[in-house]
Amino acid sequence: MRRPALGAHDNLDVSTSTVLLILGAFLASAVEMVEALTIVLGVGVVRGWRSTLIGVGAATIVLAALIAALGPALRLLPIVTLRLVVGALLLAFGLQWLRKAILRTSGYKALHDEDEAFRKERDQAATAAQEQRMGLDWYSFTVAFKGVLLEGLEVVFIVITFGSAQGRLGLAAAGAGAAVVLVVVAGVLARGPLERVPENTIKFAVGLLLTSFGCFWAAEGVGVHWPGDELSLLGVIGFLGALSFALVRALRRQRLAGLPVGAQA
Amino acid sequence: MRYLRSFGRFWWNFIVGDDWRVAAGIAFALGVTSLFTHGGIDAWWLLPLAVALVLAGSLWRATHRSA
Repeated sequence: MRRPALGAHDNLDVSTSTVLLILGAFLASAVEMVEALTIVLGVGVVRGWRSTLIGVGAATIVLAALIAALGPALRLLPIVTLRLVVGALLLAFGLQWLRKAILRTSGYKALHDEDEAFRKERDQAATAAQEQRMGLDWYSFTVAFKGVLLEGLEVVFIVITFGSAQGRLGLAAAGAGAAVVLVVVAGVLARGPLERVPENTIKFAVGLLLTSFGCFWAAEGVGVHWPGDELSLLGVIGFLGALSFALVRALRRQRLAGLPVGAQA
Repeated sequence: MRYLRSFGRFWWNFIVGDDWRVAAGIAFALGVTSLFTHGGIDAWWLLPLAVALVLAGSLWRATHRSA
């Protein structure tokens, strides 16, 4: 793999990819944590905070342990193998985000409604049976634990893959951590679900970043030399961004033309 | 056994998702890119092109499924 000594040009490359790395981890974490916050709030306001917050804490410990264990383990792989594996995984994973975001933006898939999700969570929490285990309200604990764990797994996946492929696990984790703090503070201030967060726009941006990074690294992993090295990452983002907007426009036109009726992803 | 099956299904849904053809198309494109690069052709353009085709194809299938 070509990695010349750092010069002024490489410093520019490094800062571009580093900024994108932190941005990707931050945005992915923010959007997933908004969804986790809705679940936690829905349970906490109805059934009390003690068991709910213990569930949140337990899930956070599991997620942090996963990053601490898997991140350094991945770095034991040779960089070419790592970038191929991580790139291919990111590509498959990122395309899912991008595909769903395009379907939502073009009107083929319903947008996620945090307010409705909150009401649903609150209603379920109100009718669920009381069961005490280990001194905890078991429903509150398990729902908060599962909610944070499942939403957080995607963040962990992104942090580990982004961070390890670029050798900057700490920065990726810091970007994700900053988003968690921001969402929690916003949630406490708002005292409700953050329904005004433009989730689909953020998911669109994250999907675009994941797919672009995945494409870039996977190609490097099979021996491709990108023209302009890491600067060509911006070209990949630009190409896939333009393609995505073109697809959104085409799908909107198709939907408005009434063909096909009732199609769902 | 049931636990293993659900564990496998979870990771399949997590990585591959709704359309397995996307992951298969990417794997195929990576294989072809590898053949090109090992044959001395620096095919940096192939994977972005494959991503574009795979994405467009998957969206077409998703929006025409119940047509």
